[in-house]
Amino acid sequence: MSSQVQSIVEKYGNDTTRLMDILIEITKEKGCVDSNSITEIASQLNISRVDVEQTLSFYHFFSEQSRGKYTIYLNNSLVAYMMGRAEVAEAFEKATGTKFGSVSNDGLFGLYDTSCIGMNDQEPAAIINGVIFPKVTTFRVRELIAGFRAGKSAQEMVISYGGGQNQSLMIKSMVTNNLNRRGSVIFSDYEPGDSLKKMTSMNTKEVIEVVKNSNLRGRGGAGFPTGIKWEFCTKSEGDEKYLLCNADEGEPGTFKDRVILTELPHLLFEGMIIAGYAIGAKQGILYLRMEYEYLKDHLDFNLNEFRKKGWLGKDIAGIKGFDFDIRIQFGAGAYVCGEESALIESCEGKRGEPRNRPPFPVQVGYLDKPTVVNNVETLCSVVKILLNGAEWYKTMGTIETTGTKLLSISGDIRYPGVFEIEWGMTIREMLEMAGAINPIAVQVGGPSGRLVGENEFDRTICYEDLPSGGAMIVIGEQRNILDVVKNFTEFFIDESCGSCVPCRYLTVILRNKLQKIIDGKGVTSDIDDLVNWGKQMKIANRCGLGQTAANPILASIENFRQEYEAKIEKGKDFGTTFNLEAAIQESCREVGRFPLA
Amino acid sequence: MSEKIKFTIDGKECLADKGTNIVEAAKANGIYIPTLCHLEGIKAAGACRLCNVKINGKFVTACTTEVADGIIIENNTPEIQELRKIIIETLFVSGNHYCAVCEKSGNCDLQALAYRYMMLVPRFPYEFEKKEVDAYSTKLYLDRNRCILCKRCVRSIKTKDGKNIFAIKGRGYKEMVNIDYELANKMTDEEAQKAMDTCPVGCIIRKETGYITPIGQRKYDKKPIGSEIEEPVTK
Repeated sequence: MSSQVQSIVEKYGNDTTRLMDILIEITKEKGCVDSNSITEIASQLNISRVDVEQTLSFYHFFSEQSRGKYTIYLNNSLVAYMMGRAEVAEAFEKATGTKFGSVSNDGLFGLYDTSCIGMNDQEPAAIINGVIFPKVTTFRVRELIAGFRAGKSAQEMVISYGGGQNQSLMIKSMVTNNLNRRGSVIFSDYEPGDSLKKMTSMNTKEVIEVVKNSNLRGRGGAGFPTGIKWEFCTKSEGDEKYLLCNADEGEPGTFKDRVILTELPHLLFEGMIIAGYAIGAKQGILYLRMEYEYLKDHLDFNLNEFRKKGWLGKDIAGIKGFDFDIRIQFGAGAYVCGEESALIESCEGKRGEPRNRPPFPVQVGYLDKPTVVNNVETLCSVVKILLNGAEWYKTMGTIETTGTKLLSISGDIRYPGVFEIEWGMTIREMLEMAGAINPIAVQVGGPSGRLVGENEFDRTICYEDLPSGGAMIVIGEQRNILDVVKNFTEFFIDESCGSCVPCRYLTVILRNKLQKIIDGKGVTSDIDDLVNWGKQMKIANRCGLGQTAANPILASIENFRQEYEAKIEKGKDFGTTFNLEAAIQESCREVGRFPLA
Repeated sequence: MSEKIKFTIDGKECLADKGTNIVEAAKANGIYIPTLCHLEGIKAAGACRLCNVKINGKFVTACTTEVADGIIIENNTPEIQELRKIIIETLFVSGNHYCAVCEKSGNCDLQALAYRYMMLVPRFPYEFEKKEVDAYSTKLYLDRNRCILCKRCVRSIKTKDGKNIFAIKGRGYKEMVNIDYELANKMTDEEAQKAMDTCPVGCIIRKETGYITPIGQRKYDKKPIGSEIEEPVTK
């Protein structure tokens, strides 16, 4: 019996709810969680093997088999493709001698696709053994693989440091911030700790009142009023309450939280402390996506600094009885865990499947206790609201959407990066601001948002008009809209948790239908089918992922119907391009027999 | 006595105990809401989405929603029927369902629902997804071609000390039901039969016994699904 697994499980108190941490640590030690490890974990946690496997198999970065000494995850987001991902992928395959989805014969390299890793402003980007390699070119691929073959570690292949904290000893990463615009809220100057001083003069009700008065709405995309969420939580019965911060930004095209976590972790932690104080929580959890593991030491360091200053721990900031601490919970590659109830499930060591509601997390959340889940940007905004007041905050933005918003802008633009703007900017202004190059469309809010065409460029970014979590993917005239839609639809197929029938499989049916049209075999009724079947997704599924999975198809048919019509067979109501010869060949291949010539 | 609640389904006035979910509440009033993943007495999953009903213009799954006083529920509308039919057809093309050679034919909820919703052929192309059959355990085998991932087995079939015998593996369209061989091999024949009966389709099948009730004399061969609820209870 290997004591390594045993001691890891013991380290987490033989606690089934810490299964994620256990699997992450075993993956670190052994490169995978093999069959023997599964048996050991199961026996020590006194659960069945299949229970361990169900969590293990849910997350993209876990595996039962080794994924090579160097595990290469190459982003397959739309923008990665725009920036030359295809040739980079080909170069990786050539240099390593293996195909994507497999490990090279010598066990040295594993090549895997992965959903957006939050580097859309510096694509194509890869994660190799936890180290981020942005702006990868074919030249770099050959250099990297040669270096690895010579025995160098991934960290040793880092050839430059990005600006700001990226070059600090705690991070030492090639990632660049690309913070192109500082606004008046998140990136305005402030003195760390000031908000906590202010907090000591306020009771919890007053804190909630200020946040309510500011009309701050959740920045993840759904836009629920933050103060009201907190108030609901305080009104829920329960001896323990939890504050969870959602740092799982997985929407393709978003990377704003990356910059906050790099440059302003102290701002975020202050926000978490204020929220914890307001709702009466003793424990805060930062749920961080595995893609950002390179920031772990940096975040741990900042948390320790807070503890030294008395801002975390007991009687925080001198407030008697206010005990609060923060731990980091890593995810392991699952977009759906950005949905708050799925995030809670994941924190409990389970599959990240969204829960049925009601009850809502503010009533029954983490470990079945009342829980508030807030976005990184939301919690950062709270700090400034507390310092400067609700009235100050309301002077920015629109009537229903106050304050500022961080936009992650990428795609066909000159200046990809993070921009802090006031709500109410039009798409046209945004495109001009970021230097868009002949844009024909913008994916507002990532794949789950809305694909807008030029006819909608005068719409404004705010909850009254075009709500957004901030991911803005600019699509230039040289792009094919149907390819864009296919990339997004496949993203949803890959990231569906699989629980709801329509999300699990109707998405596949829709993608296949789309492919039929892309292949030039579609007819008019195929477009109608996409609309009629896609509409069902909105009403049928439990969570936001499933409800929005057909958005790219529906919005593109609405705004770019001509692109579909250009591809279909005109004036036909059934496909006429069936290739009998090819179909016979395919059947022959399947059965392994061919007719004699 | 628990408190009674008044509500309507498709205009019919209904009464039910407070705290019951809409599927059960409808049943108590002679109204059938189709389900596949729902299992009385087990925590609702809301996975198959078949029991979607409309309340105040919003779709909710009836199995996960409790009745509330005065709510107006739409159940048998063309919009909802269309959604349900689409879900049933999606299930048919996402697996490989050959009723003619299935031990559960006549006892299968999916087959019965396809009849009820008058599915002649799914509107979607068959995908013929490759699925693995797992026959390693001694008492049961899993024919994943027929699995609809309702998780009834996952939620209800446990060992005496509460361990799960079934669980889901993978995610999205690649997910599949998984069985713990060690625990499954310790099941009694009664427990194995219960597992098979819990499965609404023909995925969990007992070994070494079969076709005890001939096809033609099975549950849904005699009466269509839902009819036992919809028939007047005046017998």
